[in-house]
Amino acid sequence: MLRRSMLFMPGNNPGMLQTAEVFGSDSVILDLEDAVSLGEKDAARILIKGALKTFNYGTTEVVIRINPFSTPYALEDIDVMARLKPNAILLPKATPEDMKLLDEMLTKIEKEEGFEEGSIRIHALVETTYGVETVYETIQMSNRVDSVCLGGEDLAADLGVARTKDSEELFYARTKVVNACKALKIDAIDTPFTDTNDEAGLLADTIHAKKLGFTGKLSINPRQINTIHKVYSPTADEISWANRVMYAKDEAEKEGLGVFSLDGKMIDAPIISRAMNTLNTARVIGLIK
Amino acid sequence: MKNILGREVPDNIKGYGEVKHYDGYLASKGTKTKRSIKLTNVLPGDEKLHDNLDTVLDKLPLKDGMVVSFHHHLRNGDFVLNMVMEKIAARGYKDITIAASSIFPCHGELVELIEKKVVTSIYAAYISGPVAEAISAGKLENPAVMHTHGGRARIMESGDLSIDIAFIAAPTSDDYGNINGVDGKSACGALGYAYTDAETADITVAITDNLVEYPNTTIDIPQTLIDYVVVVDAIGDPNGIVSGTTQITKNPIGLKIANMTTELIKNSGYFKDGMSFQTGAGGVSLAVAADMKAEMIENNIKGSFASGGITGYIVDMYKEGLFKSLFDVQCFDLAAIKSAKENPGHMTMSASMYANADNKGSVVNKLDVVILGATEIDTDFNVNVTTTSDGTIMGGSGGHADTSAGAKLAIIVTQLANSRISAIKDRVTALTTPGETVDVIVTERGIAINPKRTELIERLKETNLPIMTIDELKNIAENMTGKPKEVEFTDEIVAVIEYRDGTVLDVVRKAK
Repeated sequence: MLRRSMLFMPGNNPGMLQTAEVFGSDSVILDLEDAVSLGEKDAARILIKGALKTFNYGTTEVVIRINPFSTPYALEDIDVMARLKPNAILLPKATPEDMKLLDEMLTKIEKEEGFEEGSIRIHALVETTYGVETVYETIQMSNRVDSVCLGGEDLAADLGVARTKDSEELFYARTKVVNACKALKIDAIDTPFTDTNDEAGLLADTIHAKKLGFTGKLSINPRQINTIHKVYSPTADEISWANRVMYAKDEAEKEGLGVFSLDGKMIDAPIISRAMNTLNTARVIGLIK
Repeated sequence: MKNILGREVPDNIKGYGEVKHYDGYLASKGTKTKRSIKLTNVLPGDEKLHDNLDTVLDKLPLKDGMVVSFHHHLRNGDFVLNMVMEKIAARGYKDITIAASSIFPCHGELVELIEKKVVTSIYAAYISGPVAEAISAGKLENPAVMHTHGGRARIMESGDLSIDIAFIAAPTSDDYGNINGVDGKSACGALGYAYTDAETADITVAITDNLVEYPNTTIDIPQTLIDYVVVVDAIGDPNGIVSGTTQITKNPIGLKIANMTTELIKNSGYFKDGMSFQTGAGGVSLAVAADMKAEMIENNIKGSFASGGITGYIVDMYKEGLFKSLFDVQCFDLAAIKSAKENPGHMTMSASMYANADNKGSVVNKLDVVILGATEIDTDFNVNVTTTSDGTIMGGSGGHADTSAGAKLAIIVTQLANSRISAIKDRVTALTTPGETVDVIVTERGIAINPKRTELIERLKETNLPIMTIDELKNIAENMTGKPKEVEFTDEIVAVIEYRDGTVLDVVRKAK
């Protein structure tokens, strides 16, 4: 599925749970962790349970961020939430060990509930130095993993450095995460941009992350979604280029040519694949019919 | 009887009289007569100026049962209505009708006068706060008459309601009654509603806290319409008159609705050179204005005029050449007040010129697009902005029904579901604006187009906008909120909702 944007929503706010899918993000992450105070963990579980039973989130991917295994809440989070059959669980402070544990628990619950095995997917939130160093192993611990999301704030704290606007301190982690994701053919989702009033900063940060290879971005405010989508959606020029590539490919095939060129450049399989992806994305988000 | 909108409205209402039932938004077409106005000529040497309100009141033909008018440009900072009514009450007069263009929470002192039967009738286009609650509770002797801004001008000009004395809050005046709203410590900008009062009342009293030498160099209301001028310490509280700066909403839902509205306008066929536009001062309306500004610049669109209550955002669009002119009946913020004083294309207009259905053409008739709000909408596109869902009065039409009737594209913007309340109902609690004049409803989850606007439906179905029927929208909302229990009402009518032509759209009954 297309995962340009993943929007965090506090799990203890009924109004936000009611409108979670309205902003058009590709995924919503209903949060049981940081957004929910210790005294409200129970209430948030109940609210999310009610929301998933009541509201129709349509085609938006519904992800639930549980608390980390290092807290007393994780086991109950998983036990209650997995039985609601969300699209996915977001595992915070992801490590290979925790990923293995989560996968085992989900398998057990799926059996008990009669859900198809592997139907509850996992996103790994990498936000520690250990998590960054072991990201490749973490992904391999479960074939449920659809993406790795980078958590820049916690990671900077673990690194013992300040978060900066240009995210220079995250460069290694960003490229390491992207590389692992690309190697294992899953989505790479960038850390959120935390200044919700700085639209220009968000735009620059998102463009930069896309250049590094990220396929989408976490978001902490619905007002960020349009900007993120602008960056991760094909432009009119890109769609036009992709159409021309596909037309040239069809013509070459009619003429029995295995190799062909466009605008003086050789077109090979990776370029055709990129053009197909562009058109597919454009179709999914309604830019073309 | 049930009127053509299906609302149960008696043929005769105690304290209101015979009802002319609503018969369609264009039914008032025809030839009209203006009432004649009494005037007392002022001769050379006559003095209009008084230094206190009591000496003016001594000269006025005050009587039980008289009709006095006030205007609301000082909004929630107005001192004049309370100041005058306190004196009238102290003199022992009873059974007074107040015709105020709007009543705000700052007018809460009126409640005591209502309870003591000093005030027994109220006409207004908008009522909020303690007075609205008192009316809803059935404390006013006669049903309040809630008209539109244009309807108020029509009532006054036609004589359906004759104003005995108009009290004009004048931010600046000279001793002969040349008034403006743009100068002085209580500056409020355009005086559109007051202009109509001054033109149509038998006697007009200007109350000012900024007396300047004759002649006042900016004249919004001229001396020819003013009988007396009185100087007081303060006519209003600047903090309540303007809010400083009105702000674009930061609420993501409001922003989403605004973005969808702009996209809709862009694809509506009205987004072109020469377009005219009106929107309010609410956060979502301002977000639409901001989006429209960006789109007009990007597409090199130059509009004709923007109208209504003017805000700094609209002034900025004017200054950037996106609108040739502004028609202003009331200013909403300091930037608009400043602009009304400085910019020649920023024209003030009377309430009659703005929205009266019974003159030789009002500005609303020339509007292409208007953005309006709603508390409730029903599946016939009827809109309620008069009461809450529990039936308590909390507003009123203002220019809602006027602009909706006049504009080529009337867009209602509203959040579809707010916590446990759906904006779309089978039947609105009170009907303020008839659905036949409403073209589109924009909510965060979808857009409903009035089925009568087939060409608009055709035009928009090719876009990515989430167009659906109003029943589909209602179902989405009710799936989230459930279906609320109907509020029960008594038979007692506490307010009559008049359409702009003086026919009755609906009544507000006292809740059980």
